[in-house]
Amino acid sequence: MTAGFTENAAGRIVPTVVNGHEQTPYRGIGRHRPVGNKAGPPIRVSSDYPVNGDKRVASLQEALERCGLADGMVVSTHHHLRNGDRVALSLLNTAKDMGIRDLTWFPSASFPCHEPVIDLMEAGVVHHIEGSMNGPLGEYCSKGKMRGLGVLRSHGGRWQAISDGEIHIDIAVIAAPCADMFGNANGARGKSACGSLGFALADSLYADHVIVVTDGLVPFPCVPWQIQGNNVDYVVEVPSIGDPSKIVSGTTQITKSPDRLIIAEFAARFVRDAGILRDGFSFQAGAGGISLAFTAFLADMMRDAGATARFVRGGSTRVLVDMLQEGLTDYILDGQTFDLSGIQSIATDPRHVATSPFTSYNFNGKGNFASMVDAVVLGATEVDVDFNANVVTHSDGRLLHGIGGWQNCLFAGCTILAMPSFRDRNPVIRDRVTTLTGPGELIDVVVTERGIAINPRRQDLIDATKASDLPIVDIRRLQADVEHICGGKPEPAVLTDQPVAVIKWVDGTVLDTVWQPRVDPDPHS
Amino acid sequence: MTGRSAEAGFAGRGVRSDLRVKIEEREDGGLTVDLQSKVEAYYGAAIRDQVRDELEHLGVENATVTIQDMGALPFTIAARVETAALRAGLLEDKALDAVPEPDRVPTERGRVRRSRLYLPGNDPKYMVNAGLYGPDAVILDLEDSVHPAEKDSARLLVANAVRHVDFAGAEIMVRINQLPAGLEDLAAVIPSGPDLILIPKVEDPAEVQEVDRTITTMLETLEWHRSIWIMPILESALGIESAFDIARSCDRVVALTVGLEDLMADLGVSGSAKEQATHYARARIVNAAVAASVQPIDSVYADVSDLDGLTSWCERSKALGFQGMGCLHPRQIPIVHDAFAPTPKEIERAQAIVAAFEQAQKEGLAIVSIGSKMIDAPIVQRAAKIVEQARALGLLLEEGSGQ
Repeated sequence: MTAGFTENAAGRIVPTVVNGHEQTPYRGIGRHRPVGNKAGPPIRVSSDYPVNGDKRVASLQEALERCGLADGMVVSTHHHLRNGDRVALSLLNTAKDMGIRDLTWFPSASFPCHEPVIDLMEAGVVHHIEGSMNGPLGEYCSKGKMRGLGVLRSHGGRWQAISDGEIHIDIAVIAAPCADMFGNANGARGKSACGSLGFALADSLYADHVIVVTDGLVPFPCVPWQIQGNNVDYVVEVPSIGDPSKIVSGTTQITKSPDRLIIAEFAARFVRDAGILRDGFSFQAGAGGISLAFTAFLADMMRDAGATARFVRGGSTRVLVDMLQEGLTDYILDGQTFDLSGIQSIATDPRHVATSPFTSYNFNGKGNFASMVDAVVLGATEVDVDFNANVVTHSDGRLLHGIGGWQNCLFAGCTILAMPSFRDRNPVIRDRVTTLTGPGELIDVVVTERGIAINPRRQDLIDATKASDLPIVDIRRLQADVEHICGGKPEPAVLTDQPVAVIKWVDGTVLDTVWQPRVDPDPHS
Repeated sequence: MTGRSAEAGFAGRGVRSDLRVKIEEREDGGLTVDLQSKVEAYYGAAIRDQVRDELEHLGVENATVTIQDMGALPFTIAARVETAALRAGLLEDKALDAVPEPDRVPTERGRVRRSRLYLPGNDPKYMVNAGLYGPDAVILDLEDSVHPAEKDSARLLVANAVRHVDFAGAEIMVRINQLPAGLEDLAAVIPSGPDLILIPKVEDPAEVQEVDRTITTMLETLEWHRSIWIMPILESALGIESAFDIARSCDRVVALTVGLEDLMADLGVSGSAKEQATHYARARIVNAAVAASVQPIDSVYADVSDLDGLTSWCERSKALGFQGMGCLHPRQIPIVHDAFAPTPKEIERAQAIVAAFEQAQKEGLAIVSIGSKMIDAPIVQRAAKIVEQARALGLLLEEGSGQ
């Protein structure tokens, strides 16, 4: 499986070959300078396609057969339907019915609803997954049961890998809530509306074959066409692409936890007191409870200051939509849409713009939006005293979830990790993170309920908040306080020398290895 | 005797920061710890060591201990292990005089007590972060929030929390049960060194005096020289009528408060007219407390989602003369603090009065005046109290402080 290992610039041991492909070890922020040309899809001729534009076929199996699905191919799906997705399993089960083996499944993310893929890996239909693995899939991979190495990339890193030819998609299957017979598609309308389809855009541009699967067929033209039919081979109409109740949460909830509210308020006050909150600024926060509360607190502070944002970055939620409608921001630039308010807004408000990982996050390109964001609030499972952070594994080394846009967001003007100082007696601040997902050079502030630590590299932020009444402390002091509460320093993860996955950096280099954790010790003593 | 066993604590779905401990006595073989823990990878060895140390300290030498741990902190582990051993009948009375005095500085009689945050006494997950919300006091509750079957467990959890949890400078209060059960609570918690004991449903000064004597005796045995205050809670018509006698029943009493729900039940009035129905009682408490030179403290505002209602309640409470009130949720604390702190205007006026008084003293004048207004002694006294409170709350810009 692997030819050997090397130590990268972050001091992490990484494989030199992953799933048969040679790798470049991480070289440092901005140090990797790839050369050559972008990848591209095969040349197609329009005369090979129906002159009336009707690319519909009767079934997904027929579409896959026409695309020439074969053993060992790479098939891709997107995750905008989240835990309500039915299309990815439909694709892989159809492949099983066709007798296909050893596929690489390349999702933009996976969810608990994809647990049956374990059976498909056991059956040999799927060889390995290149994408986020959490819950049961993460457990399966962590136990070393997957035949290939998992490859975890950021949203931007996935675009980079596709467009640089690092991974070649043979067949992309795109679930579309709204599509026409030509293959134009969007996610903003239809009974399974999910908002943006940005994560499927690279697949549509670079895959050899593209199949659109829809339960919301509309007469040509489907407007707007976030997925362009000119890139699509076949359209398959199905009764349902997913469970709408699990595609969106209806409402995304601001945390009610007093501890998390403290964290969110500290983060918002930091943005204000550091002078980042000013007219025309921009920020990004996710859809988690702390992030939403941060946004709500910041919105109050913006009202008090009479300041408006030029743009805010989604994942969009009701909280952001309310800000847009109130005039607190000029635009929402939306990578994924998390609730019904967001879906309705993106479908009706031209100021609510669907983006893709190309515009937002792609590192190997002529710039992207990520570095133009003034402040971003993110979570993490661990951060260490050098501000390196982990977002993919538990502290015991088990895969927890994917990277998402997290790595890409680190390029913001001020990157804030906001999180509880310990979870279930598990301190968040470590001597060394179990799995390196984000280099400490890019992480500026750690906000917990017990205090705020500023990266010593950011003297400007230290100076800007000197007069603030925020509880700003040294990260090692914060670590010591938490360890005192938790009863001492936690044991580091006990890992084997067996790799189960790799973490890619945004430029395609290998940042770290996920090692198989040692089997749980005998509880008897 | 062997074969005795018992369980304590909670584990399972939805439980956080707690553990279930089962202790089974055996004839020999030492201590065996069978542990399932959410934090096995990080603290498994530490938990096993702690459990063995706790049991050896308690004199338990041979037992099988089975633990299901949901990420409990050490103070909780200690409490649950001791409770299981106690329930199994494995413990002998420990000598009180062997307990070291905590190094926390005792609180002062006249300390500001605007807010007191209630914490259920048998639920550890709320305890460790309680100080972060900045309440003037926390109340570890052994009474209404604890199931009758769990009183023993809660006592030990509260005792461990008082001794080991950092409440960030909040005054540490414990609400005991009504006497005589409250005496068992005192036996468990006094050796941990709480700052103040709340006694519920007090109707007679003798109840307070009994608690006072018990505390005094225990402190003498421990050879500790620290203050432990008392705040009686009046929750019945009889208690209200005895307010003044209760307030001055012993030197440990520093404040008087009211329990409105029980009082309303005793009065036989419904919840919709709470303020109207209890107005007399609350005014009586303020009067009795002030007459006895202790602090009048209001009850709680039960609807934690109604912050506007809380704000207006606080305004009326302060107007009635109360100096603080209980909080059932951290989000109530800043509102209560704002309401019961002197306003900038009040502070400014109080400072002017005190300055005018001091100037008059210097000049040997008997009459103090600001502009055309005469200022008499009670107004000066009240102004001095406001200045003192503002200073305690850090609201006063001291000359030369550089603030």
